[in-house]
Order: sequence, then C-alpha cells, then structure tokens
Amino acid sequence: MNDSATAIERIFREEYGRVVASLVRRFGDIDVAEDAASEALLVALEKWPVDGTPPNPGAWLTTTAGNKAIDRIRRERLRDAKHQAAEMIHDDTPHEPTGIVEDDRLRLIFTCCHPALALEARVALTLRLLGGLTVPEIAQAFLVAETTMAQRITRAKAKIKGANIPFKVPDAEDLAERLSGVMAVLYLVFNEGYLASSGESAVRAELTGEAIRLTRVLRSLLPDEPEVAGLLALMLLSEARRPSREANGELVTLAEQDRGGWDKELIAEGHELVRECLRRNRPGRYQILAAINAVHTSAPTAADTDWAQIATLYGQIAAIDPSPIVELNRAVAIAELDGPEVALAIVDRLPLTTYHAWHATRADLLRRLGRSTEARDAYDAAIAATENAAERAYLSRRRGTLAG
Amino acid sequence: MTQYLLSVHGPADEPAYASEEEMRQAFADTAKFNDKLRESGAWVFAGGLQPIDQATTVDGTGDRPIVTDGPYVESKEVLGGFWIIEAPDLDAALKWAAEGSKACRGKVEVRPFQSV
Repeated sequence: MNDSATAIERIFREEYGRVVASLVRRFGDIDVAEDAASEALLVALEKWPVDGTPPNPGAWLTTTAGNKAIDRIRRERLRDAKHQAAEMIHDDTPHEPTGIVEDDRLRLIFTCCHPALALEARVALTLRLLGGLTVPEIAQAFLVAETTMAQRITRAKAKIKGANIPFKVPDAEDLAERLSGVMAVLYLVFNEGYLASSGESAVRAELTGEAIRLTRVLRSLLPDEPEVAGLLALMLLSEARRPSREANGELVTLAEQDRGGWDKELIAEGHELVRECLRRNRPGRYQILAAINAVHTSAPTAADTDWAQIATLYGQIAAIDPSPIVELNRAVAIAELDGPEVALAIVDRLPLTTYHAWHATRADLLRRLGRSTEARDAYDAAIAATENAAERAYLSRRRGTLAG
Repeated sequence: MTQYLLSVHGPADEPAYASEEEMRQAFADTAKFNDKLRESGAWVFAGGLQPIDQATTVDGTGDRPIVTDGPYVESKEVLGGFWIIEAPDLDAALKWAAEGSKACRGKVEVRPFQSV
C-alpha cells in the first residue's frame, strides 16, 4: 500500500466513530451506516490523492457517506418507511468536533455497551463502530477466529435492530449505572492489551492505545463525570509503566522496574487528572485506583512508596466494593507496613485459590518469612494458574532463588 | 414502537410462592401492574397459564394431527404466564419487565416480536 493510501486509512479510522455515529442517528441502521462509510473510504482513496485531502476530512467523509447511504436506500428501496424517512431527512447538521455530532458518538457508545448484549459483543462492537478497528483486527486482538468474531458482531447488530435497542443517552436515573457499564468495557479493552504477554501480536498491545483514545472521547463528552476522569488517569498511569513491566521476556515487578523508563508525560497528565478528581471530591472505584497508581508513580524509588496511603486507598475501595481481590492488594501494602506475617494472615483468609496472583502473593510472603518449602509449593501453584509467559518466567526465576 | 413478549418462567414441580399469603399479594401486585400497563397504553395482552400438566401437544405436520397429553418439551422450568406490550424501545420494555417481575415474583424473559 502506498503512503497516501496509508495516510487516508489512518484518517478514516480516526474519523470512523464520528462518521458512523452520525449516520446511525440519521438512518437508524448500523449496517447502512457502515456500508456507506466504507463506500466513502473508496471514494476518498480515489479522490484525495488527486484533489488533495479536504480541510475537514471528517465532514467530507460524513457528507459523502450520507449521500452514498441515500443512493443505496433509493436504489434498493429497502423498505417503504425507511425510503420515505431518507427522503424526508435532509440533514443540515454541520460537521463539527463539538455539539450534536459528539452526542451521536455518546449515543452510539451506550448502544454498543448495552447490558442486553453479551459482554464480549459489547467489547467487539465498541471497537468496531467507535474505534474503527476491522473485524480481522478485533479477532486477532482477542485471539478468536475471524468467522467467530464476525458472527458475534453480526448477531449483536441483529439484536440491536430486532429488539430495538435505542441509540440514545440513557435517562438520568439510569445514567450512572449504564455509564459504569461503558467504563467496564473500556477498562476490559485496556486490560486485554495491558496484560497481553510477550511475543503476542502487536495488535493486542495496541488495545491499550485504543482504550485510551475511546476513554478520551468519553471524557470530552462527559467532562463532569469524575469516574471517567479517574478511568482515564488510571489508564494513563498504567500505560506510562507498560514498557518497563517486562524485560527479556520476563515480568518486572513494580519494585524492580527502571523508573527512568516510565513515560513522564503520561504520568504528568495522569497526576493532573487525579488532582482534578480530588478537587471534585466525589470518589469512586476508578478514581481511587488512579490515586493508588499516582502514589506509586510519585515515588522516586520503590523504597519511597507511601504504603500507608496505598493501604488506606485500598481500604476505601473495599468500602465501596468489598472484594477479595481488593483485600489481596491491600495485604500487599500491609506487608510493607506491618510485615509479611500480618499480611499472610490476611491473604490466607481470602477465597482466591484459583487466582494466580493469590498464589504469587502467598509465595512472595512465605519466601520473605523464610518458609521455603511452602513458598515453593505456592510458586508452583502460581505458575500452574497463569498462562502469561512473562509472568511464568518471573515466577520460575523467583522459585529458583529459594534455599534448599 | 416494537411489541415485546414478556414471559414469566418458573419451576415446574414446586410451588411458585412461599405461602398462600405471598401468592395473594403477588396476584394483587400483578393486577395493579396490569392496570398501570393499560393506563400507559403499553398493554396489548396478558394472561396467567394453568399448570403445565394441563397442556396438550398437537402435531399437525403429518397426514393426520397427533394429539399427546403433556408439554412439547419436558423441562424443569415452564412458562407460567406472559404479557405482550408495546414499547418505544428495549430500554422501555426492560423497565416494564423489571416492574412486572417484581410484581409477579418471577423472572421475566423479554423478546421482541418480528415487525409486521
């Protein structure tokens, strides 16, 4: 593919969510919107290299795709009602980066993340319709066959149409709950990329970038929702450390990471968002997780970490959302404050025997207590419970350092 | 507007209610919910069904219809009753379903009708 085609496809992907959302609002049909957007891309690939890229490529694509959709509806005379609707709607909405068109994307993200759709379908639809990823890209990122992913998306779109899942921002009474559903999808996309092990496709790692981009869109649409700011901060502060999390195919723990390798710009932006959240004083799960990451990224060395603050913050999450995983994380901070024995007593009470991090945490605490035999068993259990190659390498090395 | 089937499913072989009193209260709450549906204009049709052992299955696909005592599929969970409603979208239908579920003390499946 030549450079200009690559550049056009990049713009297309960047604008895809906006174009499709606007067309879905106008025509009330996702398939019509997607087909029209693809046709507009073909026209762009033909015209832009000759005429030059238009000053507002998003507006150009939306207008061109809109005309293509009307052409198609006229040509195929899909259904009378739709035909008439297309005739009646003469869309004068100017394409601008703010205002009504932005609201279209917000409507569409609530449709894609509707609780009546299976979680995996929500993730796939969000990446497809708002992220502009292709079906093969999404299939590759989630390690499933392309036909499986295509079916998943087709079925979800059929349900949206058949069950009449609306394109709208939920009512005020439902907004908080539905928004947390949207954020859960974005965080899942982020973690799929963040936790991807070494040697896997680059597409998987790109999911973190995609999740951040979509969360930025969500934040621009809902600037007064502190949890959205918290989620963005959490992603930025995690992403900042991602390159340092692994060396030579082995996981590098937070304590051992080269802090000079952390991305200072992302950290600065994340810290600013956390400060904004603190000023708003409407804490929530993502904001507190972001604050914990802010404490870690504020410490010049691992030894400078304010563990008391971290233990307190995990305690705050536990108050909102009591979960054994939160308690496990709090125990890690307690180990630094009150010693491994106190922490181990907490960890041993948690019902997490199938969770690799529980075994890994126990193994580390037992190692620090000099209980080598038990530590070795715990490392074995942790290694058996994880699929992640880098993590297995790390755990195996740690296991090898045990005495006896 | 879309029409939705709101069907109520429950165990076939155990009583649906904890007590006589609970049953009366559920009936009263459901009647109240039905009134609300009618007033709002969402009502199309609704009804509770007799127990599954009163079902008869007819197979008319062959030369002569074959009549059998009992349900089409033996199942632990059976259809106990249903509403057919008309709603602007799935969100509205899900709200009605949540309210109906609470009233009748049963889980409700929401399924759209094909548009005609």
